[in-house]
Amino acid sequence: MARKIVIEPVTRVEGHGKVTIRLDDKNNVSQSRLHIVEFRGFERFVQGRPYWEAPVLVQRLCGICPVSHHLAAAKAMDVIAGVDADGLSPTAEKMRRLMHYGQMFQSHALHFFHLAAPDLLFGADADPAIRNVIGIILTNKELATRAVLLRKYGQEVILATAGKKIHGTGAIPGGINKNLTAEERDALLRGPAPLDIDTMIAWAEEAVEFLKDYHSKNRELMDSFAAFPSNHLSLVRKDGALDFYHGAMRAVDADGKRILDDVDYRDYLKYIGEEVRTWSYMKFPYLKSLGKAEGWYRVGPLARLNVCDFIPTPRAQKQFETFRAYTHGKPNNMSLHMHWARLIELLHSGEVIKELLLDPDLQKTELVRKGKKRGEGVGLVEAPRGTLFHHYQVDKNDQISMANLIVSTTNNNEPMNRAVRWVAMNVISGKREITEGMLNRVEIAIRAYDPCLSCATHAVGRMPLVVELFDADGNLLDRKSR
Amino acid sequence: MSKPKTPIHFTVDGKKCQAFLGQTILQAAKDNGVYIPALCRWEGFEPAGACRVCTVRVAGRTMAACTQPVTEGMAVENNVPDLQDMRKSLIEMLFVEGNHMCPTCEKSGNCELQALAYRFQMLVPRFPFQFPARKVEAAGKKILLEHNRCIKCLRCVRGVRTRDNKAVFGALRRSRDKEITVDQALAAALPEKQARQAMDRCPVGSILRKEVGFVVPIGKRKYDKEPIGSDVEKAKD
Ligand code: SF4
Repeated sequence: MARKIVIEPVTRVEGHGKVTIRLDDKNNVSQSRLHIVEFRGFERFVQGRPYWEAPVLVQRLCGICPVSHHLAAAKAMDVIAGVDADGLSPTAEKMRRLMHYGQMFQSHALHFFHLAAPDLLFGADADPAIRNVIGIILTNKELATRAVLLRKYGQEVILATAGKKIHGTGAIPGGINKNLTAEERDALLRGPAPLDIDTMIAWAEEAVEFLKDYHSKNRELMDSFAAFPSNHLSLVRKDGALDFYHGAMRAVDADGKRILDDVDYRDYLKYIGEEVRTWSYMKFPYLKSLGKAEGWYRVGPLARLNVCDFIPTPRAQKQFETFRAYTHGKPNNMSLHMHWARLIELLHSGEVIKELLLDPDLQKTELVRKGKKRGEGVGLVEAPRGTLFHHYQVDKNDQISMANLIVSTTNNNEPMNRAVRWVAMNVISGKREITEGMLNRVEIAIRAYDPCLSCATHAVGRMPLVVELFDADGNLLDRKSR
Repeated sequence: MSKPKTPIHFTVDGKKCQAFLGQTILQAAKDNGVYIPALCRWEGFEPAGACRVCTVRVAGRTMAACTQPVTEGMAVENNVPDLQDMRKSLIEMLFVEGNHMCPTCEKSGNCELQALAYRFQMLVPRFPFQFPARKVEAAGKKILLEHNRCIKCLRCVRGVRTRDNKAVFGALRRSRDKEITVDQALAAALPEKQARQAMDRCPVGSILRKEVGFVVPIGKRKYDKEPIGSDVEKAKD
């Protein structure tokens, strides 16, 4: 009898996802899908709101990386206020960058240490009661302390730039509402111990080393788990450098051949399509030149390091060279290497934060510029989980009439489905029983990409894992929960 | 020559206070460092007695402190539990009667309704949300009217006028159907300073000078540092 396994909701993934795996009569996987079951509302309910409200409103999409939404919307609204991306005052642009790299820092620290590290440290077969951040606190105090403080530091940077650690207001159309006072700068540069930038950079570097060491001891797992070829998309700076705040769109295929290069993101609709599939509320974006079947791509830390030519800070660049050498300069298509890339980005963010803190432009006072108003604006940033698109139209009364958001999780929709399929084929297929460890591997696959389904679907909360087993006729055969 | 002011004596919650004949309870209390919360009041304009948040009790009768003159020997009850709870319930009603989304409102931190909700430690309103269908009037060049947030305090109707004394705002209908209207031509002609004043005059985020939202950073907004009413209470310390 054919069986259908339902895993819902996925734990330690923000939001509500459901995985269904359909087995045929011989217990082989015939189909697997990651469903996003909530409905997305933000694009609808920003309509009618005044355009200057958007950066503050849309950041409510997410509690982990609100700054990304805040800044992507602000970049779009700069255009509406008549200010191009290179037209901001140096103080405004650098304050936004500081905010963004601060958020990258806190989000990457959170993702790796709180959400992903338990899987790596305890293994997929470990009891879920210890395979979590509490387990890390109990077994590795030093690591847990660093995890908390690294994240805290990133949040302090956000506080100093946006006024609040979560859901602040810093960026406004055409600029920023505050500069960085000398006291704020000094507090971030020098302490209170150990929260000074040099310690943070040193810890981030040690985190990369920790992962490399883990990799050397667990090569089989790290290199094979949910590895599959894909295209990769990211913003890069004009000279090919890694840049999270601004740049042109670039995409490479699994072998590193450029599919898109130096594309002005305001033209994204020419290059990116979004496919709707009946079984998911989340769309499936693809590169139009390759079509729906072949055009899907990864975004996020792995994609960014596959797409960029170099990292413009010395310590992260050194790590990047090792990372690149591992795949002989070709794109890295191993899902668990996402964590490696993420930690290199954590290090890079720390280095950029330091550069910015030492820049006297942050104490200058030209905060906002205005130009001739326009009716349409597109803003892209590289959010912690990948490329984030915000696109708005505004009517003559200054009210938003259209919004289109493609969030990182949506960009990674197909890759996450592929990762789940990899687990289904390699771990579940052919087995008669669904073990805890198998379910954990499904989660680990998703978590490598994104702990945040809420940002794609805008639900909140987290629930325990429920597993339900159906036969082909939809009858419930078994139910496991924890 | 102005008439000499006649001093009188009264008490608020037993505290001995001094005032002048002709002052309202609210003014007199303020001069004595006693804060009586109010939303529709705007110094320098006729009181309206519209919001009733300033309700006090004298000799067992409740009355609006913003309209009631103080008299010799008056014993005013102000900061007592049942009155405070009634005021809190009025604030809650104002929240449920409109559509107030503080997290995304540009008046947040400068909003008197929000500040009072904090002062009264309002968590969840005891009344069901009404979710009224209201509109955003955005066609004007300078002023945007966000009806979802209007608490019908009539400050704008009383206090926003052109240089030749024409009212920029008016009110239609009565009671819960009351709606504020704006003459967008007059509003567009307001000098910049006055347009900003109109925004400040509105206790909530209903009257907005367009395109200035969120320019004041968190930490520098009116009520970021101290709760509403602290200025009155500190003045007499
Ligand atoms: S618009 Fe503002 S000032 Fe006018 S009545 Fe409404 S709340 Fe009061």
